[in-house]
Amino acid sequence: MSEKKHKRREFIFTASYALGAVGIGATVWPLIDQMNPDASVKALASTEVDISNVEKGKSITVLWRGKPVFIKRRTDEEISEARNVKIDELKHPEKDEDRAKNPEWLVMLGVCTHLGCVPLGDKGEYGGWFCPCHGSHYDTSGRIRKGPAPTNMEIPKYEFLNNNTIKIG
Amino acid sequence: MSEHNYTPESKFGKWFNDRLPLLTLSKHLTDYPTPKNLNYWWTFGGILTFCLITQIVTGLILAMHYVAHAGLAFSSVEHIMRNVNYGWLIRYVHANGASMFFLAVYIHIFRSLYYGSYKSPREIIWILGMIIYILMMAAAFMGYVLPWGQMSFWGATVITNLFSAIPLVGESIVTWLWGGYSVDNPTLTRFFSLHYLIPFLILGLVVLHIWALHVPGNNNPIGIDLKKPSKDTVPFHPYIVIKDLFALLLFLIVFAFFVFYSPNILGHADNYIEANPMVTPAHIVPEWYLLPFYAILRSVPDKLLGVIAMFGALFVLIILPWLDTSKTRSAIFRPLYKQFYWFLVIDVLVLGYVGAMPAEGTYLLIARVATAYYFAHFLIILPLLGKKEKALEVPLSITEPILGGSVATSSMKRQKEKI
Repeated sequence: MSEKKHKRREFIFTASYALGAVGIGATVWPLIDQMNPDASVKALASTEVDISNVEKGKSITVLWRGKPVFIKRRTDEEISEARNVKIDELKHPEKDEDRAKNPEWLVMLGVCTHLGCVPLGDKGEYGGWFCPCHGSHYDTSGRIRKGPAPTNMEIPKYEFLNNNTIKIG
Repeated sequence: MSEHNYTPESKFGKWFNDRLPLLTLSKHLTDYPTPKNLNYWWTFGGILTFCLITQIVTGLILAMHYVAHAGLAFSSVEHIMRNVNYGWLIRYVHANGASMFFLAVYIHIFRSLYYGSYKSPREIIWILGMIIYILMMAAAFMGYVLPWGQMSFWGATVITNLFSAIPLVGESIVTWLWGGYSVDNPTLTRFFSLHYLIPFLILGLVVLHIWALHVPGNNNPIGIDLKKPSKDTVPFHPYIVIKDLFALLLFLIVFAFFVFYSPNILGHADNYIEANPMVTPAHIVPEWYLLPFYAILRSVPDKLLGVIAMFGALFVLIILPWLDTSKTRSAIFRPLYKQFYWFLVIDVLVLGYVGAMPAEGTYLLIARVATAYYFAHFLIILPLLGKKEKALEVPLSITEPILGGSVATSSMKRQKEKI
């Protein structure tokens, strides 16, 4: 076989393998992607909550996308505590002003960022939340202060539709 | 091996065996030369095979009555317990069978650690065994989720969240595992599907595990290579079969005790409360057989490093044949290793204990020390020990220490020294 013919043969092999790999990838992708959230799960993306009955210092928990959302009406002390923390001292530095647009209302996912347990309210060393699973302490802004959780509790996308209704999602 | 030349006696047998040599295989299995000094720690392979078959048979039956749906799973389990004929028995055998399976596998693994069964030429047997062990943990975890109680739900949440520690893609992987934004119905149905699959994967790996075992043959308490067949071996049937069956009988007494007298003692009361995504139980604990790994996970204050440590604890086991540098297999002839072996046993038991306790104060401190020791055992002590330790003299055959130097002239020399 001449050198030229040999090179052509090599090219055909490489092209065949490449096409085969693309074909297998394209076939496998639906088999993998079927496990991602389906259309019915995605359809439950937002929920509206009536907050007219929540008194100061109290909080309610609502279910959104299968996860609890804490809606806490904070007292003045809790707000000032959250706002007077030195940002540099935080493990995950975030200003309370950025977490609670309306200082009285803290809306956040009630999911510990360590391994997903639901923290308990009005507990822990920082007067906020305490996760019973692996001992993470959160402050009155839901920021991680002590324990294994890597980040602050997540703030979902939400808006006030009027004074009494919050739309989450 | 001589059985390869085996010819069945009957004409039909010969006809069949020429086309599919199953009779040759069966002959190999009955005649398989086994060291004659195997003790009862060697009976757990057979016991484990029994456990696997028990789990498959009871699981198959439970799947006929169980409904994999977030709204129906919990009550379908109660339906099995109350309405299905003998449903209570079959479910209790399956649930406690998982614990018995792990009890047997831990004894089996620690047997290998003591007698050096993982060493050359048995590394592949050991690695296959470790893969089986990891699959067992996956199967047990997913099985525990199926009743859809509080521990099911929150156990599933915590364990799947381990993957969120992976940088960049962690969150996407967790969403993919869940099929949603939290553990929910899609998670339950896929766990059911995989829980049904894994035992058959294990079965296939068990065949490979035994196949790989039959190449060099069994290790033995004194950890020497044997001539096979020879005066040092006995045929698998009937000698080992009877011994295995007797050990299985004793094992079944323990099994039956749990099933009939305390079927719920190894479970958690919170799992009789239906799953509730709004409330986490005050104290989440995995099943007892996962506690040492859970303790390692919690002993590290950083999320990603904790997850790495937990998987690392399994990884050091997989590469163990290359970490242990000693040529001597059995701990009987390794005076120092024998002590470190028992330290490791205690260390793992301590990890299991603190894994069940709250992760704070003294418990956390103990967990950290025990975790550090666990890794030190595999990564520092074993590699050094093989180089420093002076092993005792290993006999040349099983019969030698009893009958004297009947095997080879080299053992005669030692005889003289003794005199």
